[in-house]
Amino acid sequence: MTFRERIQGAFAEGVPIAIDRGARGHYEHRLEAAAAFPQMEVMRDRARRIRAEVIAELDVHLRRFADSVIRNGGSVFFAADAAEANEYIVNLAREEGVTRAVKVKSMLTEEIRLNDALAAAGVEAVETDLGEFIVQLAGERPSHIIAPVLHKDRYQIGELFAEKLGVDYTDDPGTLNDIARTYLRKRFLTAEMGISGANFAVAEDGAIALVTNEGNGRLCTTVPRIHVAVVGMERLVRDREDLAVMFEVLARSATGQALSTYTNIVTGPRRSGEPDGPDQFHVVIVDNGRSATLGSEVAEILYCIRCGACLNACPVYRHVGGHAYGSVYPGPIGKVLTPSLFGLEEWHELPATSSLCGACQEVCPVRIDIPSLLVELRRRSTGTVPAGVRRGLAAYAGVTTRPWLFRLVTRLATWVGKLWSRDGWMRRVPVLRGWTEERDLPAPAPETFHDWWRKRGA
Amino acid sequence: MRVQLFVTCLVNSLYPNVGKATVALLERAGYQVEFPVDQTCCGQPAYNGGFDTEAQAQTKQTLDVLDATEGPIVVPSGSCAAMLIHHSPELVADDPRYRLKAERVAARTRELTQFLVEDAGYEPATTDCGGCTATYHASCHALRGLGIREQPKALLDAAGVDRVELEGEDECCGFGGLFSIEAPEVSGAMMNTKIDRIEASGADVVVGVDVSCLMNIGGGLRRRNSSVVTKHLAEILAGDVV
Repeated sequence: MTFRERIQGAFAEGVPIAIDRGARGHYEHRLEAAAAFPQMEVMRDRARRIRAEVIAELDVHLRRFADSVIRNGGSVFFAADAAEANEYIVNLAREEGVTRAVKVKSMLTEEIRLNDALAAAGVEAVETDLGEFIVQLAGERPSHIIAPVLHKDRYQIGELFAEKLGVDYTDDPGTLNDIARTYLRKRFLTAEMGISGANFAVAEDGAIALVTNEGNGRLCTTVPRIHVAVVGMERLVRDREDLAVMFEVLARSATGQALSTYTNIVTGPRRSGEPDGPDQFHVVIVDNGRSATLGSEVAEILYCIRCGACLNACPVYRHVGGHAYGSVYPGPIGKVLTPSLFGLEEWHELPATSSLCGACQEVCPVRIDIPSLLVELRRRSTGTVPAGVRRGLAAYAGVTTRPWLFRLVTRLATWVGKLWSRDGWMRRVPVLRGWTEERDLPAPAPETFHDWWRKRGA
Repeated sequence: MRVQLFVTCLVNSLYPNVGKATVALLERAGYQVEFPVDQTCCGQPAYNGGFDTEAQAQTKQTLDVLDATEGPIVVPSGSCAAMLIHHSPELVADDPRYRLKAERVAARTRELTQFLVEDAGYEPATTDCGGCTATYHASCHALRGLGIREQPKALLDAAGVDRVELEGEDECCGFGGLFSIEAPEVSGAMMNTKIDRIEASGADVVVGVDVSCLMNIGGGLRRRNSSVVTKHLAEILAGDVV
C-alpha cells in the first residue's frame, strides 16, 4: 500500500480524534515549558552543537564509549543491521536460559522488531511502559515515538484490557493503570532479562541514560539478572556535562516537563558491595543504515534525540496519525529517517508528502532543518514525481526563462479565465485534478499585472 | 527613493490587484516604484519539488533581472521573498558569478509588510474595508522563514480594521505547492481545518501576505459556498472594500 492509500484508508475509517488532541496537547505543553525556561533558546543552540560535534567524529566517540563499557565490566556488540542485533540478543537469551524478559520502551527495538525475534525463540518479552504495553496487548505498533498509544482512548483501552486480561470493563484511567501495574509487577520480579534502549550513551564513562515517567526503566535495568541496552549508533554524547544539556531540552520538548519523572543513569553490572543491579550488562550498538546516513547529505537527521516534538507540531501528523506513515518512525523526523535508513526508493512518498511549513524545525530541540532535508530527499527522487507534474515544471521553466514568452503566455492565459471561469473561479480543471477535487481554482485575471503596468506607463 | 517591485508570477496572472495595491501603498509611503519587466518566476515550485535544474534556471533569470537594478526589492509574498533571501543563494552556491548576485539580491529583498513596518515606518491610512471584520492567517514561509508574525496584524490594527483572532493562526493551510496536487486528501484536510476555524472566527474576510495560501483558502471557501472572502493585506490597506 502506498502512503497516499494509507492516508485515504485512515480518512475513510476516521482518524481518531485522540491523535489530534493528544499531539496538540503535547505541543502546547512544550510551548509553555519553553516560555517558562528563559535559557531554552540558548540550550537548543548548545544541544545542537553537542550533537553536531559528536556526529562529526562519531567513530572516535563510539570507540571511547565501547572501551568505557568494557572497563565498567559490560560487554559490547556492534550490530551492522537488525538481524545481527536480534541474533546476538536471542543467542544470549538461549545461552543464559532466559524465557522471560521485560522491556523499557525503545523505538530502536521496534525498528529492529526485537520482540518478534524473541518470540520466535520462545522468549516472552513484555513491554512495561504503559502505552507500549497497551500497544503490545492489541498486537499493534506505536503511533507516536513517545506516546505509543496516542491513537486509542480510554474506552478502547478498557475494552482491550477486559478482552485480553480477563478483567471487568472499566474506563477509569486510575483503575486501568492499577490493572496494568499489578500485571506488570509480577513480570518485573520473574524476568531474567531486562531490555532497554538508551536515550543517550555517554562516551566518557560508558553510562546509559534512560528517561521515563513510570519508573519502569529502573525496574527493568536493576531487577533482572541480565540487562541488555540496545543503543542506536548515533545516540552518543561526550560526557556528563553534555548529557545535562540534553536533559534540559529533551523533556521540555517532548512533554513540556522540566525533567522526566525518572532519570536513570546506568553504568554497568553490579559491582561488589553494591546492593542491586544486574550480573551482566550487554550493550548492543546498532547501525542498521545509520553509517550510510552519516555519509549522506541528510546526516543532520542523526542529531535527532527522539523527543517527538516535531510530530506534535506537524499538521500532517495531526491529521493522519502515526500509523498511516507505515514506518516505525512517523511524522517529520520519520519522513527523513525512514527513507535514509530503509531506502528512498521504497519510501519516496514520505518526503513528498509535506507542505514544508516548517513547524517541525521551529520546535526541534537540536534545530534540525527538516524542511531542507525533505527537499534534499526530493532532489534524489524526482523520477518518482508524476510525469505530468515533471513536464509541467520543465515547461514552466522554459517559459519563465524567456521573459518575452512569459509575457505572451500569461497574456494568452487570460483567455482561459475569460472563456472558462465563473466569477473568476474554475471548478474542474482536468490537469490539476488533485487541486480541484478539494477546492476551486482561481482563474487567470482578465489582465496581467505586466500589461497593466505597461499601459500605466504609456 | 526608488524601490523595485518583484510582483511574483501568481500575482501577475491570478491576483494583479494585489500588485496594483502594492504599488499604491509604496507610492503612498513616498517611494518611486520601478517594475523590471523581464521578471518572471523565482523558481520556488521547482525548488520545493527538488527540481534543481529548473529552479536554477529560473533563479538565474530572476537574479540577472534584479541584480541589474538598485534599491530595495519589495515582494508581496512571504514565500517568494524567502526563496530569494534563503534558497536562491543556496541554489547557485557553486557558481561564483551568480553566488555574488544572489547574495546582493538577497540582501536587498524585503517582504512587503516587513518593508512597510520596519524600513518605511509606514502609517497606514484609516480604512474600515466596507465595515468588514477581518482575521489574519500567518503564512508559513513568511512566519518561519522571515519572522513575520506581528507586522501584518499591527498594520491592520493601525488602519483601524475590525480584527478578530484566528485559532491556529500559525498552522499551515495545507497548500504547499505540489503537495496540494500530489497529496490532495491530507492537503484538503488541513485546508478544511483552517477554513472551519476561519468560519468559526466570525470574520468575513481572511487576510494574508501570500497569495498562494490565499488561493488555497479562497478556493476552499468558494467550494463551500462560504460568504467569507480572502484578501491580501495590501488590498485592505490600499482601501479595497470587501
